[in-house]
Amino acid sequence: MSDTDDVGEDVTDEETDGPIITHAHGAGGEQMTELVETLAVSQFEAAEADVGLSALDDGSVQPIDDEHSVVVTTDSHVVTPLFFRGGDIGRLAVSGTVNDLAMMGATEPLALTSSLIIEAGTPQLTVERVTESMRETCEEAGATVTTGDTKVMGSGEIDTLAINTTGVAVVPNGGHVPDAGLSVGDQIIVSGTVGDHGISLLSEREGFDLGGDLASDVQPVNDLVAAAMDAGDVTAMKDPTRGGLATVFNEMAGKADVGIDLEEQAIPVSGAASSAGEVLGIEPFDVASEGVVVMGVASEDTDAVLDAIRDNPKGEDAAIVGEVVEDHTGQVVLDTGFGRRYLTPPEGEQLPRIC
Amino acid sequence: MCLGIPGEIVEINGNEARAEFWDVEKTVRIDVVDEEVEVGDHILNHAGFAIRKIPDEEVEETMEIYESFLEGDEDEAREEIGAAEDEPLGIEGR
Amino acid sequence: MATNADAGDDELQFRDPEKAEQLTDELEALMDDIGEPVNVMHVCGSHEQAIAKFGLRSILPDDLTVRMGPGCPVCVTNMPEVDEAVELAEDGKIVATYGDMFRVPGTEKSLADARDDGADVRVVYSASEAAELAEEEPDREVIFFATGFETTAAPTAAVLTSDPPENFSVLSAHKYVPPAMEVVAEMPDTDVDGFLAAGHAATITGYGLFEDFVEEYDTPAVVGGFEPIDVLFALARLLEFIRDDEAGLENAYSRCVSEEGNVPAKETMWEVFDTTSGEWRGIAEIPDANLVISDDYAQFDARERFDIDVETGAADPLTEDCICGDIMAGKADPDECELFGEECTPQDPVGACMVSSEGTCKIWLEYGGQPDI
Repeated sequence: MSDTDDVGEDVTDEETDGPIITHAHGAGGEQMTELVETLAVSQFEAAEADVGLSALDDGSVQPIDDEHSVVVTTDSHVVTPLFFRGGDIGRLAVSGTVNDLAMMGATEPLALTSSLIIEAGTPQLTVERVTESMRETCEEAGATVTTGDTKVMGSGEIDTLAINTTGVAVVPNGGHVPDAGLSVGDQIIVSGTVGDHGISLLSEREGFDLGGDLASDVQPVNDLVAAAMDAGDVTAMKDPTRGGLATVFNEMAGKADVGIDLEEQAIPVSGAASSAGEVLGIEPFDVASEGVVVMGVASEDTDAVLDAIRDNPKGEDAAIVGEVVEDHTGQVVLDTGFGRRYLTPPEGEQLPRIC
Repeated sequence: MCLGIPGEIVEINGNEARAEFWDVEKTVRIDVVDEEVEVGDHILNHAGFAIRKIPDEEVEETMEIYESFLEGDEDEAREEIGAAEDEPLGIEGR
Repeated sequence: MATNADAGDDELQFRDPEKAEQLTDELEALMDDIGEPVNVMHVCGSHEQAIAKFGLRSILPDDLTVRMGPGCPVCVTNMPEVDEAVELAEDGKIVATYGDMFRVPGTEKSLADARDDGADVRVVYSASEAAELAEEEPDREVIFFATGFETTAAPTAAVLTSDPPENFSVLSAHKYVPPAMEVVAEMPDTDVDGFLAAGHAATITGYGLFEDFVEEYDTPAVVGGFEPIDVLFALARLLEFIRDDEAGLENAYSRCVSEEGNVPAKETMWEVFDTTSGEWRGIAEIPDANLVISDDYAQFDARERFDIDVETGAADPLTEDCICGDIMAGKADPDECELFGEECTPQDPVGACMVSSEGTCKIWLEYGGQPDI
């Protein structure tokens, strides 16, 4: 194909004949990981980092001098509906980034950025409602937005609003917490009920009026994490967002090359999420939480850390749900109370089922 | 087969009812349920339709049957559910 | 799934681990009495889900094999049927489908792929939702891709008998289970000692229709529920029949199943549907097991209203290695398939057993459903 044919075209014929991006690539499963490998990890030169791009952790960690390291994380948010039970896209954006910093052990955000891409035709007051919520969530988290960007796209070119947030924080060298840090013998703590955000949003989007207390759990949990880290040795952390508990447990087991044994009955699940899950045929373990932390804790510190988390109202449902073992490395086994089975990561978007 | 979830009727509106499933509620259609239902009745929901009115005593009786089976007390279980002597322990005989 | 619901809740009694242990001991004792391996077949995706989800296979006696037969309505929906739905969607119509069918591959693509390509495909939880969609979009044709067994056919029928909007129609891919059970029972190398019959399908049909079946095939059947205790209890009763060499029939799910079933639902169903022979994916032709819309309701039959011209293109060569048919007939396990977990995965399925949430292969991959955990 000659150059003059390409001019003015975004996509070449050759590219069209190649692999095509689909919804599956955004769903957080294997396809997305492969895409990220191709688009990012194998593209960019590795930085001098304690936690770099290839770690695919919640953020990156780079030493800047003899004492300090900088932690960076970024996320884009495209949620529908914008305003949902328990929160909104603004709260989600700020919490998501504050929490990702916290998952790396950085519980005091230095700065957040906020980039908005707005569809022309959107009422300004709607966007103000979002940014107001962002401010409230920032206050809750002890963070603020220091820089950002605003773009407007044509009507129909984007769905109402997308937000990208980047977070920066500083930690002492070596003071970060990787998601790959589990060791055999560590206990696993989950800080609150799981699956609330995912199931609540799915129900709302599908137009199911399920009533009850079903709502998103979206909230910043950096204070919770700070208390936990103060109380004992937190060896690994991750927040069970897209893909839920099942995904993060498998990731943590895989990255640390250990096995995880879990007690199903110990995992906190709210009555509303559990009930809605039964009705829709969706497992709370397979869908997102946006205000929960999963952590590995050195066994001698488990009780102290659990108490510290429970002292905070956001952590009142926290529980020890399992432990890290030598067997079945890279895999997660769930004791159901009846028998045992593997807990495997869900593939793709969870849909309500009838069968 | 298929996801069938037991719930309790809390409101009825023509051929629709609001049913409670533990901590949540959902609207279900009641036009193909096997018997007339009233508020307070339990139904089995499949794909948004009530397909069975679950008789109140069934849950208890089923548990009793399971218990008696485990104790080897099949005759006692039969007595409890009013089944004849040589009938199998399902509610087949009713 | 762990639940913090009120412990006084009746249904939770059916998840009592202590009873489960007692029942498993009972199963061990019965297997000792029987003294040789036993093969039980169930015909219900939700039974497979329940067994896998609660990890029941890890506590069943070693010599007791519980296999899933043709109990996944999604799995047996043939590729051309999916193609029909895809064609309608690509032709500018709104196609409403259950979540279960959304990613099932047709000859070229699934409804999910069609949606990615711009077609208007909507996932619904209920047939009534599809009809409501038609009311909300009076200027568009809304077609409900009706899949599932008789449990699900009754709701579809209810929608058609309650004055649906004119722009609504149904593309029926519903199936009827009893003929399939017979086909499997008649297969020469079928090695089934007892059947665990589908509890929710039986809620509609009643268990009476199994009376002839157990007599003709001299094989016992127990209708079972879906909670762990229900499943274990039903298996125990089945083992008792096997031990006593009795082709008995028992209803162990009386809370939901009666002898004659749900009479109003059956009447509605047979008013709207007729049976016809058709191909079940992987099990070839089964007589009288496909449900099609009867003449009285032809005006709502998508196949009458639209000219659907499905091109059966060349099938993926991998499908020759796909043993879904054997798996569904209970003659093989997923890990015996060359493609299992390799070329055939949930995101890239070859056979539908891997796509459907209740497909044996998907459940095995998801729950690591093999006995030595």
